Amino acid sequence: MEPIEIANKLKEKFPEEVLYIKEFRGQVSVTLKKGKILEICRYLHDEPDLYFDYLMDLCGADYLGKKDNRFEVVYHLYSIKHRHMIRLKAEVSENNPSINSVMPVWVGANWHEREAYDMYGIIFNGHPDLRRILLPEDWEGHPLRKDYPVKGPEKEWPGFLEVLDKAKRYSEFEWHG
Amino acid sequence: MEDIEKPFETRELTISMGPQHPATHGVLRLVLNLDGENVVKCTPYVGYLHRGIEKLGENKTYFAALPLSDRLDYIASMSNNIGYVNAVEKLFGIEAPERAKFIRTIVAEMSRLSSHIIWLGTHVLDIGATTPFLLAMAQRERIMDLFEMLCGARLTVSYPRVGGVRNDISQEFLDKLYEFVLEFPDRIDDYETLVTENRIWKKRTVSVGVISPEEAVNWGLTGGTLRGSGVNYDVRKYAPYDAYDRIEFDVPIGKNGDCYDRYLVRVGEMRQANRILKQCIEKLPAGPVMADAPKFTLPPKDLVLKDMEHLIHQFILITKGPTVPEGEVYVGTEVPKGELGFYFISDGTGKPYRMRVRAPSYVHASVLPRLSEGGLIADVIANIGTIDIVLGECDR
Repeated sequence: MEPIEIANKLKEKFPEEVLYIKEFRGQVSVTLKKGKILEICRYLHDEPDLYFDYLMDLCGADYLGKKDNRFEVVYHLYSIKHRHMIRLKAEVSENNPSINSVMPVWVGANWHEREAYDMYGIIFNGHPDLRRILLPEDWEGHPLRKDYPVKGPEKEWPGFLEVLDKAKRYSEFEWHG
Repeated sequence: MEDIEKPFETRELTISMGPQHPATHGVLRLVLNLDGENVVKCTPYVGYLHRGIEKLGENKTYFAALPLSDRLDYIASMSNNIGYVNAVEKLFGIEAPERAKFIRTIVAEMSRLSSHIIWLGTHVLDIGATTPFLLAMAQRERIMDLFEMLCGARLTVSYPRVGGVRNDISQEFLDKLYEFVLEFPDRIDDYETLVTENRIWKKRTVSVGVISPEEAVNWGLTGGTLRGSGVNYDVRKYAPYDAYDRIEFDVPIGKNGDCYDRYLVRVGEMRQANRILKQCIEKLPAGPVMADAPKFTLPPKDLVLKDMEHLIHQFILITKGPTVPEGEVYVGTEVPKGELGFYFISDGTGKPYRMRVRAPSYVHASVLPRLSEGGLIADVIANIGTIDIVLGECDR
């Protein structure tokens, strides 16, 4: 099925959820409200004509100062059987950065959602194990947000200070054998 | 006697495997809960190599961010570069010339061979066979030498460029490569003689880490790890890029979804890569290696060094970047590890607004608990080897 047909079909099925459809270089992205994301994903996965069995990618995006709803969660879906692809984008606001997890539909969303939480602070409701993944557990801030400095925070991460301290103590250690 | 008949008092043991463990292929840490030799729970910890490549990419122009993609999967950096430039080209709306496409296919398959050789060597070494590792590394050295001959670098090459490749390939290179291609099938036979029907190897891999096709797709596995389960999904066939639609090759498929089938699939892929290389060399067309799109491609280096206009042009493209249409693209390519996807959101400036790397190793590492739980601790090693992960790509 052509991607634009899939988008229209989705709009017919969920007219109130689909905000707008955009096409660029033959790829179609459907922007959605976040409320029924799990139902929409389940529909796309289960409907025999669509059958999106493979979640290619799931990531966050930050539109600081560009859009009313600051964050977006982007889903890239692919159907290995029908060979078609679609991109879903669910808008998430800054005041309430939470969205339902799609893990009940695709287990593979597990680490992608953890990464989006780690990098953007988006909370995935119903995720069984929502912890930081790439950064240490006591890290402050979410690095891929646009207001996070590229060179890192002013304050050094305590774990690194600990290592420096240890290295200093070991270098001062004298061996009396 | 009474003491022996009484059941032993046992308790669960928690051990931390890695981050410095030779069999974890980098800095992967697994926390294993063990009941004797059985793995009850396996929790992977990644992120030790996190360098913030996505954040860095958002703060560099499209041309300046290319070397970052080398640092993802450093064993097959050519393939990563090709994934990156294909995505950027799609965003810019330009296309590389025919000759450049064939050259890219050649170097991509060379890096596939080099990556699979490393995988084969380390995978069998983890399980206890030293000889194939030494034999394999000797062949990898030849590919590295060819890369050096091509672009001066062995590991982080940055040879494919947006709009084509950096320089044309020489006849001498092609001759040497052809010599290698003719000889390499015999080397694969050598490895297979040592490994494929080896009884110890089969004991260690057959019916270990089994995953069904439906489950493998649901987990998002790609590449050899997915095809070992019998799912015929290969980006080179499903969404052909470069010259793959003009080359004949088969996609090896496994049956049982265990470590042994994944091994067979990857060995089959090496033979196919060799076949692709042979065809590419024979079919290589003449012509330019850089697209004729001055607004979106870097000017040739010899002109930059000679005249002012090209120098200014290069300076502007590197520092300010080209004017890119607003929009977003996702392009996946088949790298040795699986599907590597680059997703760009452009806001019309010379830098990507969002650069996302969909790394196959990241997804494959997440499936480790599923493969390992309920098995033996020795099988954890086999599972790490079979999913073929590189932590540089996993942690980004």
